[in-house]
Amino acid sequence: MPRPLRIIVAKAGLDGHDRGAKVIARALRDAGMEVIYTGLFQTPEQIVQTAIQEDADGIGLSILSGAHMTLFPLVVEQLKAQGAGDIVFFGGGTIPPDDVAELKRLGVQEIFTPGAPLSEIIEFVKRECGARVA
Amino acid sequence: MAKLIDRPASTDGAKPDQDFSTERQRWESASARGKQRKGPGSGAVDRTISDIPLKALYEPQDLENFDLARDLSYPGQYPFTRGIHPNMYRDRLWTMRQFAGFGNAKQTNERYHFLLAHGQHGLSVAFDMPTLMGYDSDAGQARGEVGKCGVAIDSLADMEQLFDGIDMADITTSMTINGPASIALAQYVAAAEKKGIPRKALGGTIQADILKEYIAQKEWIFPPRPHMRIIVDMMRFCRDEMPKWNTISISGYHIREAGSTAVQELAFTLADGFAYVEAGIKAGMDVDSFAPRLSYFFNSHIDFFEEICKFRAARRIYARHMREKYGAKDPRSWQLRFHTQTAGCSATAQQPENNIVRVAYEALAAVLGGTQSLHTNSMDEVLALPTEKSVEIALRTQQILAYETNVTNVVDPLGGSYFIESLTDEMEREAEQYFDQIEQYGGVIEAIEAGFFQREIADASYRYARSLETKDRIIVGVNHFQKEAEREIDLLRIGEDIERGQANAVQSVRESRDQAKVDATLARLKTACDDPNDNLMPHLIDCVNAYATEGEIVEAMVEVYGRYTERAVF
Repeated sequence: MPRPLRIIVAKAGLDGHDRGAKVIARALRDAGMEVIYTGLFQTPEQIVQTAIQEDADGIGLSILSGAHMTLFPLVVEQLKAQGAGDIVFFGGGTIPPDDVAELKRLGVQEIFTPGAPLSEIIEFVKRECGARVA
Repeated sequence: MAKLIDRPASTDGAKPDQDFSTERQRWESASARGKQRKGPGSGAVDRTISDIPLKALYEPQDLENFDLARDLSYPGQYPFTRGIHPNMYRDRLWTMRQFAGFGNAKQTNERYHFLLAHGQHGLSVAFDMPTLMGYDSDAGQARGEVGKCGVAIDSLADMEQLFDGIDMADITTSMTINGPASIALAQYVAAAEKKGIPRKALGGTIQADILKEYIAQKEWIFPPRPHMRIIVDMMRFCRDEMPKWNTISISGYHIREAGSTAVQELAFTLADGFAYVEAGIKAGMDVDSFAPRLSYFFNSHIDFFEEICKFRAARRIYARHMREKYGAKDPRSWQLRFHTQTAGCSATAQQPENNIVRVAYEALAAVLGGTQSLHTNSMDEVLALPTEKSVEIALRTQQILAYETNVTNVVDPLGGSYFIESLTDEMEREAEQYFDQIEQYGGVIEAIEAGFFQREIADASYRYARSLETKDRIIVGVNHFQKEAEREIDLLRIGEDIERGQANAVQSVRESRDQAKVDATLARLKTACDDPNDNLMPHLIDCVNAYATEGEIVEAMVEVYGRYTERAVF
C-alpha cells in the first residue's frame, strides 16, 4: 500500500481569510491524507521550504486578498528555484476566470473557486499527487 | 379601530379564552401524517443555518416562561429587546453607509464624492491589507496587496488626500481598522485639524476591535495584552477629547465570515464587548463615562428569522449584563447600538446577479432586527471590488427598503410572535452557555490563547461545508440550479501601477519631511509605550503630524511590544 499523501495547505502574504484553507485542510485529512497547515502570512520562499522539508506531494495555496497574480507566480518561481518543480501546486480563492486561465498558463495546476465541491478537490489531489507515490 | 368584519369571535360561539385543545390535537395528528419533502435542500428543514432545532409550529405554550415586562418591555426601554428608540424608523431611518476604499487615496476620494452625491449619509473607509497590517506600501510584505482590498494610507499626506473637499465636521466617518487603529485615528484627527476642524467636532467610529482579530479576522500586530492597553488609551482619549466619536465597534461580522454560527457570532462578540468594558473599569474609568461610546457591528446572514432574533437577543443580553453585572446607571450604557453588513460569505461568485436578491433579504432582516446603520454588499464583491453600477444597486436596495416597503412604519413588527420570541430566548440561552465556557478559561484573552474560539469556528464552518457537500443545504447556483456557461460581468481591477505609485509617494514623503522631528516623536512614543500611565494617543498624533509613516510608527511600537504569532489550528 502506498504511503498517505502529504499535502501542504498554505496561506501567503497579508491575507487573513483562513476559513477556506482550514476547511480544505480538514477535508483532505478526513480523506486520509497527511495535512500540514502553514498558518498565516507565509512568504512564497517559506511555503516552498516547508514543502521540501516535509517531503510534501502537493501544495494548496489559498488567496482571497486579490494578490493572487503576484503570489501564485512567486511560488511557481520558488518551486523551480529550489528544485521542487515536481511538487503538485494548486490553489483556491476568489479568482476571476481570466486570472485562472493565466495562472494555469504560468504553471499552477488547478485553481478552485468558491463553491467548488470538496469531493472535486479531494479527487484532484488524489489523482495528481497520487502519481508521485504510486 | 373600526370593526373589520361583522361576525362573532369564533364560528361555534366559544369564549375568546378557549384553549384550542381540540384544534391543537387535530393539527398535531395532521402534522404527524405529513411527509417531509425529499431531495436537495430537504436535509435541514428542522434547524436553522446555525443548527438550532426548529419546530414546524410555535404556539402560546412555547412562551409559558416569557415575561412581557422582563423580556420584552417597550422600545427605548430596558432591556431594549424591541429596539433602542421609542419610535425607531418613524423618527429616523437607519444610516445608509456603504463601505468603500480601493487603490490610492485620490481614487477613493472620488468614490466618496460619488456616494455623497447619491444620497449616502456617512463614509466608511476600507483600508488595504498592508495598511491594516501596519506595513507601508513599499515594504516587502506589501507586494501584490497595495490598494487591492481597500485604500492604501501610509502617512498623513494620504489621509489629507482621502478627505480632500469633504467637510469632516459635517459627515460621520467609519474606519474599519484594528491593529493600527490608534494610528489611523491620529491621522484622522491630524487631517481634520489641518483643515481647522477641532477634534471635538469629529463624529464617527473606528473599529479598533482587536479581540476579534485574534478570534477570526487575523489582522493583528502586537500580542493581546499590549493591544488592550492601546485600546484603553483610545477609550480614555476619546472620552476626554472626542465626545462624538465611537471608540470601538465591537464586531461579530468577521467572526461570522470566518464560519461561525449565529450564536457564536452573538456570544463571542458580546464577550469581546464585555472584555473591553472590564478593561475600562479596571483602568479606573467609570463605566458610564465610556460605555455609551461603544457600538457593535453584526453580520446579516441569509437565515432570515435567526438573524432577526440574533439582533433582538443581542440587545437584551447586553442591557442585562451592562446594568446587572457592570453596574452601569446611564440608560445609554445599556443600549446596544449596531451597524449591520449583509453577509459577504453568503454571496456567490456563480450567477452574481442573484446576490442582489440575497442582499435584499438580509437587509430586510437587519431592519426588522432594529439596526442603526447598514451596508448592503454589492453583487460582485465576491469576485472583486464592486463597480460603480453594482454599488449603486446596493444603495438603491436600501432606499427601496426604507421608502417603499413600509416595514419602517411599525416598531419591532415581529415582536410577540411565538416563534420570534422563542428563538430570541433560545439564542440568549445558548450565548449565556458560551459566556460560562469563556469564563472557565479565565476570560476572552485566555480563551484566545487556548485556541477555543478558533476551534469552535473551524468546527462550525466545516459542519456547514459538509452540509453543502451532502446537499442537506442548498445554495442556488452553487450546489443546485447551476448554469453551465456563466455570463461574464464587468470587474473593477486595481493595476500594479497603483502599487508603484504608492511606493513612490511614501518614499517622497520620507524625503521631504523633517527627519529629526520624526526621530524625536518616535522616540517619545517608544518611551510612552513602556509607561502604562502615559496615554499613547497624543504621542501618536505628534508622530503623524511629523509625517512619520504608519509602518515606521508600527515598527517603533513592535520594538517595545513584539509581534503576535498564532498557533494555527484547523
